[in-house]
Amino acid sequence: MVEAFSPSLEAPLEADVRPLATARRGDRGVIVRVTGVSGAAEAVAADELERRLLEMGFVEGAAIEVLHEGLFGRDPIAVRVDDTRVALRRREADAVSVKFDGQ
Amino acid sequence: MTTDTVAAPLEAAPVTTPTARVALVGNPNAGKTALFNALTGSRQKVANYAGVTVERKEGVLTTPAGRQMRVLDLPGTYSLRARSPDEVVTRDAVLGKLSGEDAPEALICVADATNLRLVLRLVLELKQVGRPFVLALNMYDIAQRQGLRIDLERLSQEIGAPIVTTVATRKRGLSELLEQVEAIVAARKPELAAENVWHEPTPSEIRAAHAQAERIFKACVKPPERPDTITGKIDGVLLHPVAGLLILVALMFVMFQAVFTWAAPIMDGIDGLFAAVVEFANAHLPAGLLTSFVADGLIAGVGSVLVFLPQILILFFFILLLEDSGYMTRAAFLLDKLMGVAGLHGRAFIPLLSSFACAIPGIMSTRVIDSKQDRLTTILIAPLMTCSARIPVYTLIIGAFIPRTTVWGGLSLQGLVMFGLFAVGIVSALVVSTIIRRIFWRGTVEPFMMELPTYRWPEPRNVLMNLWTRARIFLSRAGRIIMPLMVLVWVLSTFPYPPEGATGPAIDYSIAGRLGQFLAPLMAPIGFNWQMTVALIPGMAAREVAVAVLGTVYAVGGEDGETGALSTLLKNQWSLATALSFLAWYVFAPQCLPTLGVVKRETNSWVWPTVMFVYMVGLAYLAAFIVYHTAVALGAG
Repeated sequence: MVEAFSPSLEAPLEADVRPLATARRGDRGVIVRVTGVSGAAEAVAADELERRLLEMGFVEGAAIEVLHEGLFGRDPIAVRVDDTRVALRRREADAVSVKFDGQ
Repeated sequence: MTTDTVAAPLEAAPVTTPTARVALVGNPNAGKTALFNALTGSRQKVANYAGVTVERKEGVLTTPAGRQMRVLDLPGTYSLRARSPDEVVTRDAVLGKLSGEDAPEALICVADATNLRLVLRLVLELKQVGRPFVLALNMYDIAQRQGLRIDLERLSQEIGAPIVTTVATRKRGLSELLEQVEAIVAARKPELAAENVWHEPTPSEIRAAHAQAERIFKACVKPPERPDTITGKIDGVLLHPVAGLLILVALMFVMFQAVFTWAAPIMDGIDGLFAAVVEFANAHLPAGLLTSFVADGLIAGVGSVLVFLPQILILFFFILLLEDSGYMTRAAFLLDKLMGVAGLHGRAFIPLLSSFACAIPGIMSTRVIDSKQDRLTTILIAPLMTCSARIPVYTLIIGAFIPRTTVWGGLSLQGLVMFGLFAVGIVSALVVSTIIRRIFWRGTVEPFMMELPTYRWPEPRNVLMNLWTRARIFLSRAGRIIMPLMVLVWVLSTFPYPPEGATGPAIDYSIAGRLGQFLAPLMAPIGFNWQMTVALIPGMAAREVAVAVLGTVYAVGGEDGETGALSTLLKNQWSLATALSFLAWYVFAPQCLPTLGVVKRETNSWVWPTVMFVYMVGLAYLAAFIVYHTAVALGAG
């Protein structure tokens, strides 16, 4: 599923896997893991968030790029997932782990 | 393009061909409603599903082969795993479990040909349901222009359903689509229908479906040679953290100035027309009760409501443009954080913006918000958005008391006051929401996730059709709710007659006059006279009725032959402080029974309409009290 990804020469293979929530505008990569976020403050269960993310195209292997950031606290963010543009909050983006391309 | 006029086969004689039932499903933004409009034209009916308030849009059409077909436009969804009331309707309709509805015999799955990945997963879900369907690859012209190559034959094999390419906005591919639908309806034998094996997918099942969709996608779709880059460029400006927000504010400002200034000449025309008709009726009908009823009750009442149609249409026109172009979701993106400070979800933007036209569709569209607390908060503050029914009241008072001058290099002072009233509504809505979410419901945060669709030019035909629907709804509402009320008010303000030798205006002795005078002491502290109090009572049916009632009360109460414009009358009768207090009252007051009724229906409880009524009356009284006494202290009493 991850055939689209070829690490750049400088980047070590396992180098840059971080939650999407930490990404900045212009960052690109490939989704490696989608989970849910659980906690008392969340309105939906982790399992439900996971399914919603999956349904919007956030699935392991999908190419992702951060297109825009909001003004306040750089939140929410707009990303391209394969060829769909999706807006989401960093809070939800925390459930998506991305292997970012080396700079 | 409907060249296929082959006679119907023998066994399908016209009398025995039953009406086919078809439903449209698809992702949001796939052009589903445009296809629905193209298929059914003006033969549409908008109502509600039995028991729920999800908008039910059905149209009737005749296929090229002469068969009648009923087409249902279902709410857009990414999955049959329903999360909101809208999506529940889609799921149940597709499964044939919607109470009060016959199961559709076939489905048309509408897909944006340039964005197939996500819809393929929905298609796989539909396949599990076992109901026959046709995949309509809509916006196929854009796909071709981008050089996107889709292997239709292979794709059709993979999904096990016929495929038709369409361009809904140019009516291309419609007869082919109908042919395919007819074919699958005709071929269908209910007893042999595929078994429904659909169930709510688990995360791993969604992943598996994605993998399968991805495999099909890779096998059938060659990426575009000239991908769309315009949307990205436009977003670079419109979603810019600072410029984007400024553009949004500017857009809203232009919108409200337009509502106020563009409509003015047309409104003057309608106003003049009705004044002429009233004059004509008074001149040519024998003086007496009937003439008073026709002229003062019916014609004047209807006229003072119809006059606001232009403004309502301009407002809806802008909302439709913003929706159809794809900007609305960008606005939600830009405002999510700001609205989050007030405890609102970014998705609340669309219901709240709709509430500027009317709180009723606004409250109904809160169904796109999944979380109950988010939804209730949005419902409770929706009526604080300045709906178009307040515009008549504002227009009347502003027209009478605010000079028609320009300030700050050409801005209309009247327009600015109007903008200010809108702003007060918005700010107080945010404050109320903050209070609700920080004090009563400190709690959970609902995910915010929204597709940002490709920008498109709004299709004029589509916009006009939707605008026409809005106009029809407004006019029928004016007919069904407002007209009878006007008659009632005329009766209340005409009977009983004043006693012999009475000196005051006749209305002082009527039921309405007495009721107003009875309640007047309650409203005196905020500067209201009894005529205003009278106007508030029928104004509960719909805000704009108050204008008509003021018209009736003052026209009836005025001296014989005096037919001066209502605003001139008010200027002579009210002080500036009273006028401002009336405006403040109208920013907050729950002067609309239909809204409270909708809240009851949406929340399925009397608790929330009661809460809404009490808090809004409280705010209105407080605001009017402060405004009135401040104005009096400043010498405007």
